[in-house]
Amino acid sequence: MDMLASLLPANIAVHAPVLIVVIPLMAAAIAALMPKGFYSWIVVLVTAIAVAILSLVLLGQVAGAGAVSYAVGGWAPPIGIELRADMLNVPLLLLVGFVGLLCVIYALPSVRDEIAAKQQPLFYSAFLVCFTGLLGVTITGDAFNLFVFLEISSISTYTIIAMGAGKDRRALTASYNYLVLGTIGATFFVIGVGFLYMATGTLNMADMAAVLQENGHNRVTQAAFAFIVVGLGLKAAMFPLHVWLPNAYAFAPNFVTAFLASTATKVAFYALLRFVFSIFHPEVHFVSVSFTWVFAVVGVIAMIVASVQAVFQTDARRLLAYSSVAQVGYMMLGLGMGTASGLSASLLHLMNHALMKGALFMALGAFALNFGVRRVKDLAGLGKVMPASSMAFTIAGLSLVGVPLTVGFTSKWYLVTAALERGWWWAVAALMLSSLLALAYVARLLAAIWMEPAPGHQGAAPARRLAPWMVLAPMSVLAFANIYFFFHADPLVGLARAAANAVMGGY
Amino acid sequence: MFEILIERFNYIPIVILMMTGLYVVIATGNLVKRLVGLSLFQTSVFLLYITMGKVFGGQPPIIADDGHGGGHGDAAGHGEAAGHGAEAAGHAADAATHAAPAAADHAADAAGHAAEAAAIVYSNPLPHVLILTAIVVGVATLAVGLALVVRIREAYGTIEDDALNAADYSLETGSSN
Repeated sequence: MDMLASLLPANIAVHAPVLIVVIPLMAAAIAALMPKGFYSWIVVLVTAIAVAILSLVLLGQVAGAGAVSYAVGGWAPPIGIELRADMLNVPLLLLVGFVGLLCVIYALPSVRDEIAAKQQPLFYSAFLVCFTGLLGVTITGDAFNLFVFLEISSISTYTIIAMGAGKDRRALTASYNYLVLGTIGATFFVIGVGFLYMATGTLNMADMAAVLQENGHNRVTQAAFAFIVVGLGLKAAMFPLHVWLPNAYAFAPNFVTAFLASTATKVAFYALLRFVFSIFHPEVHFVSVSFTWVFAVVGVIAMIVASVQAVFQTDARRLLAYSSVAQVGYMMLGLGMGTASGLSASLLHLMNHALMKGALFMALGAFALNFGVRRVKDLAGLGKVMPASSMAFTIAGLSLVGVPLTVGFTSKWYLVTAALERGWWWAVAALMLSSLLALAYVARLLAAIWMEPAPGHQGAAPARRLAPWMVLAPMSVLAFANIYFFFHADPLVGLARAAANAVMGGY
Repeated sequence: MFEILIERFNYIPIVILMMTGLYVVIATGNLVKRLVGLSLFQTSVFLLYITMGKVFGGQPPIIADDGHGGGHGDAAGHGEAAGHGAEAAGHAADAATHAAPAAADHAADAAGHAAEAAAIVYSNPLPHVLILTAIVVGVATLAVGLALVVRIREAYGTIEDDALNAADYSLETGSSN
């Protein structure tokens, strides 16, 4: 870990918490000014590499010191804005950094196919702004600053989703609906933060937690809790508030879907954890009641209902989008257990889900890149035509079901263990049922890819058509990670455990 | 009941605006009108923050050099920039909530009293600064929303929700109309 901390010279490493936000923001402006999409992509690539390195440096620092606090502009918290890295958000930074980097490598061929040449620099620029926002939400230690970063990422997300309009005009309505719902969610969140400010007189999260601990809770903080849970729940696609997600994921450009599916909802889920666990303490009565009666119940309903909806989708990406809603349900269930083991299972599933959904959406993107297919039945026979992408898709798909030898099994195992510790038999039953449903929808996709003959061609076997290596490489890395982290589960499980322990201890 | 409402008269218009905005978003099928509702909803939150910052009898939070604010030891110690006034008010608010947890509802008012004890009463400028940021966010959202509506109108030829759903439905079932 010392090695990680010393990746950069000390005088730069000290500023790592702020650089991880400022570098992508500055790069966004540079990317917008580039004359051609390719140059912008170079800027994005360099930025993503820088962010990945910075996230490693932060991991090294946090592993050494426990938590890193950075006062922006030299104004000491709680007055100034604090950036704060600890064991809970560093795994998220690593996730956004590394999955972001893989998605960026994947982006070049995919974006060239889907976005008009003259819009590409602006598209990359908007992507970097979104990237900035997600990293900012993760690292900030200030409640209002979190709102600002949340909106920075959301507003740029609306635009990059709408860029899918070149292929399908429904991207526009999907983006519009996301904008309306996302803004309502953000406004709910900001009302909640306002109530917390009324009750505590501070905006710094650690300070808020301390004041709330000392003064106890009253109706204002209860209202704040409700508003914040609804607001962030909407961004994280918590079950009844998920209606924006399926269309947004189905019609966005492939690269955007792969990136958002593996990072955006995760970051919102992290923000929810931060508020529920660090600021409102899980031992407070109304919070612990909400665990059992809101998060766990909503999680279980999402696991079942969204999976059933996924089974009946005709559009492949929409199918996986509904599956994402179901997977968020697993995480909510883990959160709802309110124990350290439940929370660590939930965080483990969060990271593993990013690995699987990233690979799955990338593979679908590769199919779309070569053949322009997006419906389930159009995937017929692709196993023979695009074997590498199909293999990656299969591995990640099996991981999604939770087949042994994949990470999906590991995180479901931990979830089941945590549920049994709590004595929640019904949750275990729901997990099994939801896994069976996952098997049903993944089997539909795999059957189409491997079993069915390719249409047309009068019996002649269609020629192989591999996807470009820039598409294949990141996809294969993610698919390989799905297997690798089953056999070497310690790094991810260790991160999740450390995060859960850190957060259960409050600030 | 009536007394409670009168005591919190400043929140009444906010709640009315908020509910109107939310209702417009839900009830209308016109995409532009829906954005109007959304803006109304956001504006009500701006007002919520601003009313939080009001301290009865409070002066504008500007610290004058000419001895006017000189009596305020804390603020004077910090320097002359207006931004430091925020700091002072923040400290006062902290102190107030630490002292009187039950009065958390009226933290701003209580902060006012604490500051009064110190010297001159200032309004709390921090919510104003926050809302300046939120207004920018609101404007950006509205701009993106309107741009999307323009694009939707170009692509579909309508901005009514029902017609859009009908157009998308025909796309899904494969029948051309």
